[in-house]
Amino acid sequence: MEWLQQLVNGISIGSIYALIALGYTMVYGIIKLINFAHGDVFMIGAFVGFYGLTHWHIGFIPSLLAAMIICSILGVVIERLAYKRLRNATRIAALITAIGMSLLIEYTTIFFRGAQPEAYPDNAVISKTFTVFGTQISSESIIILVTTIVLMLLLQFIVHKTKIGKAMRAVSHDMEAARLMGINVNNTISATFAIGSALAGAAGVVFGLYYTKIDPLMGIIPGVKAFIAAVLGGIGSIPGAMTGGMVLGIVETVVSALGFSMWRDAAAFIILILILIFKPAGIFGKNTREKV
Amino acid sequence: MLKVENIDVFYGNIQALREVSLEVNEGEIVTLIGANGAGKTTLLKTLSGLLKPKKGKIEYLGNSIAGKAAQGIVKSGISQVPEGRRVFANMSVEENLDLGAYLRKDRDGIKRDMERVYELFPRLLERKSQSAGTLSGGEQQMLAMGRAIMAKPKLLLLDEPSMGLAPLMVQTIFSIIKEINEAGTTILLVEQNAHMALSVAQRAYVIETGKVVLSGDAKELQESDEVRAAYLGGL
Repeated sequence: MEWLQQLVNGISIGSIYALIALGYTMVYGIIKLINFAHGDVFMIGAFVGFYGLTHWHIGFIPSLLAAMIICSILGVVIERLAYKRLRNATRIAALITAIGMSLLIEYTTIFFRGAQPEAYPDNAVISKTFTVFGTQISSESIIILVTTIVLMLLLQFIVHKTKIGKAMRAVSHDMEAARLMGINVNNTISATFAIGSALAGAAGVVFGLYYTKIDPLMGIIPGVKAFIAAVLGGIGSIPGAMTGGMVLGIVETVVSALGFSMWRDAAAFIILILILIFKPAGIFGKNTREKV
Repeated sequence: MLKVENIDVFYGNIQALREVSLEVNEGEIVTLIGANGAGKTTLLKTLSGLLKPKKGKIEYLGNSIAGKAAQGIVKSGISQVPEGRRVFANMSVEENLDLGAYLRKDRDGIKRDMERVYELFPRLLERKSQSAGTLSGGEQQMLAMGRAIMAKPKLLLLDEPSMGLAPLMVQTIFSIIKEINEAGTTILLVEQNAHMALSVAQRAYVIETGKVVLSGDAKELQESDEVRAAYLGGL
């Protein structure tokens, strides 16, 4: 039952990667930018959740919602402030700006609250452990999984059934043709940042719940991992980000379980290198076809 | 209905249109013919608000629309079928048509127009839930036209609808263009296929390297030696 246990752990961490990866992939899909500040939005989400639980005492669900709302506003502000004016600039310029934005968020947070870590309270949710087939499943991992599934279903609904979702798909496929439909491209891009950042915010809160410790630089590694997950799944693809996140989470746990826990992070980067060499389009990636 | 006066349009430093003027009256089919790179697509993009003219006036139904955002232009009743069709390949035929009606809120009207599009293009009805990328070139052209009709345009801009299509399909597309026009939509048709374009249009403009060099009655232009020599294969 050891393996089942590892699978449960892998799915928990994979869910967090997947939630962050969705934001990467959606933003890339629409403006072809790797938003390296995305991991820091995740960090802000974790802190908002922390304050919600410990200072405002509003409970888990309201804290989660507060983190999502604040992060979505932050995402939109980042785009409007930094990326919008670079839409016609070279991609490397936008990328460097994203890295700058990332550092700005990290060190602004440190400036205002210091670099010391915080710990999520252990009474944030009902802490209980269930035993299923000899596997220990904590209530935290169930909450992570449920949160992730609910948010992904919601995202699928938004992307496929709503007007703004259709606009997002249209803009990511062909921005100019979308404008000819009367779609407001700026608003659609803002909506994409809002949704992607809200998911990162939610990931921050469930991360805090699961790992307890949060700090202003906590977004860096999960951010990079989620980026790998997005590339693994096929950057620009929503189902790809979900799958990539889960696969990466499970691979990492398996590597740790085999006794190579020192190699956990290396495994993620080896996956990135292999995928870039052998299948750069990722699992769900579209073959880029030349348009005639 | 549409009056373009002396517009200049640039891509960076390169001038694509020089003092272009043209007029489209309500109910007409007007065609703009010219070779590759003459500035036809540039003109349509400017009319749709994708490019801004540096100079000159564009008046539509009495209002200036030069430099207005694309969204507002679609709302005011100008919709475009872009060159190369540009359908949303990853979406179904029906979703593409839905996107055409993006700015409309009259559900009943949208439903009626959807039915009308399926009547005009029965092939689209058969392929309703198929993804647009799997359609043939002709079917994609039909979809792009249907999508533009879904915006309920008063003025329809068509950019090279015959491009890359088999001769029989070109015939079909042009007869549908006429049908759309007879149902009350004014049409500005940009074409390289001068022969087909002149046969459906009432009036025509000839554009060369960003300038309108000839204009007049379509029938007369079809007969004129200059046009015959340059665009109709010298016959």
